[in-house]
Amino acid sequence: MSFLLVFAIVLAIGLIAFVIGRQRARAQDDGTVKPHSRAHYHGWWAFLTGVIPAVLFLAAWDIGASAYLNSHIHAALPADIADGTVAHEDLAAGLVKSLASGMRRLDSQTLAALPQTFAELRPMLAAKGVALAPDTQDYMIPIAADANRVSDRLDMIVAVVSIGLALLGSVYGLSRITPRGRARNHVEKVMLWSLLGASTLAILTTIGIVLSMLFQTIAFFEKIPLTNFFFGTVWDPRFAAAGSGGAEGQFGLIPLLAGTLYIAFVALLVAVPIGLMSAVYMSEYAAPKVRAVVKPALELLAGIPTIVYGIFALVTLGPFLRDISAALAGGTPFIQAQSILTAGLVMGVMLIPVVSSLSDDIITAVPRAMRDGSLGLGATRSETIKRVILPAALPGIVGAILLTASRAIGETMIVVLAAGVAANLTLNPFEAMTTITVKIVNQLTGDLEFNTPQTLVAFALGITLFALTLVMNIVALYIVRKYREQYE
Amino acid sequence: MNIMTEKSLEDAVNAEMNRPNEPIKMRGDQVTVHYGDKQALFGVNLDVRQNQVTALIGPSGCGKSTFLRCLNRMNDTIDSARVGGKITLDNEDIYDPKIDVVELRARVGMVFQKPNPFPKSIYENVAYGPRIHGLAKNKAELDEIVEKSLQKAALWNEAKDRLNEPGTGLSGGQQQRLCIARAIAVAPEVILMDEPCSALDPIATAKVEELIDELRENYTIVIVTHSMQQAARVSQRTAMFHLGYLVEEGPTDKMFTNPDDKRTQDYITGRFG
Repeated sequence: MSFLLVFAIVLAIGLIAFVIGRQRARAQDDGTVKPHSRAHYHGWWAFLTGVIPAVLFLAAWDIGASAYLNSHIHAALPADIADGTVAHEDLAAGLVKSLASGMRRLDSQTLAALPQTFAELRPMLAAKGVALAPDTQDYMIPIAADANRVSDRLDMIVAVVSIGLALLGSVYGLSRITPRGRARNHVEKVMLWSLLGASTLAILTTIGIVLSMLFQTIAFFEKIPLTNFFFGTVWDPRFAAAGSGGAEGQFGLIPLLAGTLYIAFVALLVAVPIGLMSAVYMSEYAAPKVRAVVKPALELLAGIPTIVYGIFALVTLGPFLRDISAALAGGTPFIQAQSILTAGLVMGVMLIPVVSSLSDDIITAVPRAMRDGSLGLGATRSETIKRVILPAALPGIVGAILLTASRAIGETMIVVLAAGVAANLTLNPFEAMTTITVKIVNQLTGDLEFNTPQTLVAFALGITLFALTLVMNIVALYIVRKYREQYE
Repeated sequence: MNIMTEKSLEDAVNAEMNRPNEPIKMRGDQVTVHYGDKQALFGVNLDVRQNQVTALIGPSGCGKSTFLRCLNRMNDTIDSARVGGKITLDNEDIYDPKIDVVELRARVGMVFQKPNPFPKSIYENVAYGPRIHGLAKNKAELDEIVEKSLQKAALWNEAKDRLNEPGTGLSGGQQQRLCIARAIAVAPEVILMDEPCSALDPIATAKVEELIDELRENYTIVIVTHSMQQAARVSQRTAMFHLGYLVEEGPTDKMFTNPDDKRTQDYITGRFG
């Protein structure tokens, strides 16, 4: 019986339990005792007592069963394969598994008289539309057939046990229904735990991401010293030549970090004034009709995929700036097509809606009383904005800018296309520089051996970036929260 | 001789108390206000006399705050509000296009229901108005304005040692007196107060009321209040609003002892509102 079918049966049992439970609770209410919980809570509780243990068992069994099957296949493989490397053994096990799943398509007659050689079996499977790797060996056929039998047996057990659990649980739930039974509290508690589970999952995922980067980073630092990475001013990872281990490359973070911060700085220089002013316009001056058009239009900018901005920078703005500078300097362009300026400008445009949307919310949150107080003293609108509203909103705006800055630092696609790949260390905004994110992309694309420093450095870069943006976000959230307290 | 002196003193006190013939400072003539399609004020005629406290009373939603906000054109800040009729300050129409609203609000200051000090220091709160209107040529003059305003608002003794602390750190009553000091610092002629004590405790209320009585010496005050006792305590004239109409207006003692209109009688005795 398939997993889905068992699951559906369990659910059906639960639903029946729900209906019976509700019915039962209603029947019990003869008016003498005030029921503690309404009838449908009793129904839901019967549903949950039936479904939860069965589903938990299903999930646990599913994980356990596949592990068991795996070890079963490994054990059945002949010893000469098992003596080989882990990779070869895994490969053989993989072949057995695909063979086994292919054999599921065959009808029972063919299975009863299974051919002894793969050469005979292969056309039969091909006729059913199953293509298998040619290096599948003859000895794998009985193993695969055995694996299928074991897996069928396991499926049978899980089906019986789950359905049994569902039935038992439902009956237990139904038997506990009394007028003063606290079904409502039980159901609420299950609600609470499932919500808690959902949020825990998000946190666990984050921890998982950090850990996965951490282990690779540790592997990197086993080959390259910390000082080389954090204080090196030259980024020249070379290629991992066969047998060299690749440790002779130079992995200086400084030029990448400088490029990242420089481009983010240029982007903020564009995004903050424009975004802030448009936020002030929208929150203080715009008539409701104008606001209804302008605000969504601005937020549309935020919806454009960053790769599109990157293309714009690459094919339009970059060449345009280069040509302009060539015209100004009389022939030789002093702005390169891929430059800090190009990347910064385009990223700045991308960030305008982020700044304006966040600041708009913050400015709107300044109480009306502040505006009235200032206007009532005879201040003009702009005086009120300059002297009262912006100072009052300042901590929030600083928080918004920090959040924007961490977006700018983590931004990838625009800089990949517009900033260039040369790891320069320069102050000239017209030249190309590169960023941490660009280098992560570079180091991880192409045919690479995985355990060389050339590849592993990407994880060290990633975790550095993660730490950088994490600190900025924490500071930003701290500032924003502190600001919020002010008006409560 | 003695009797004569007492008599004249009494007259002088009475005159001081009532001053029925003070010149008219502000005059509302057939004032109407619409918020969108909804009419909030219907042809209100009301005079505000100089150096008197005029109390506007009436049940919630009767239009008294709306009328108050017309007097320094704070209704301009509400997009849907339209004001009709004529309001004059010293016989000048304040809704005349030639009148600059910024100047008007410097002459007719406002104190709001909830104390709303700016998130700045006490000093900066008071200095705000003088700074934007350029009332002080230098720091010394500004210091003097701040000190005088705080003294007039009876806050100087409590605040003089903490001028650089944030105004939001003061207690509710102190905050409201700070807002009054802030309004005084601009040297207005009229001060509008929109339920200035409704967010304050009784002790702070008593202080603010005492202050209002002192301020009458130099300023014309219009106060909206929900408290009958407060209107009786601080005002010389009272105007009763109901459903957007001015019901009745007159000297406060007459309004509270012998009103002409039954609705006023009912309201002040607590039968509705």
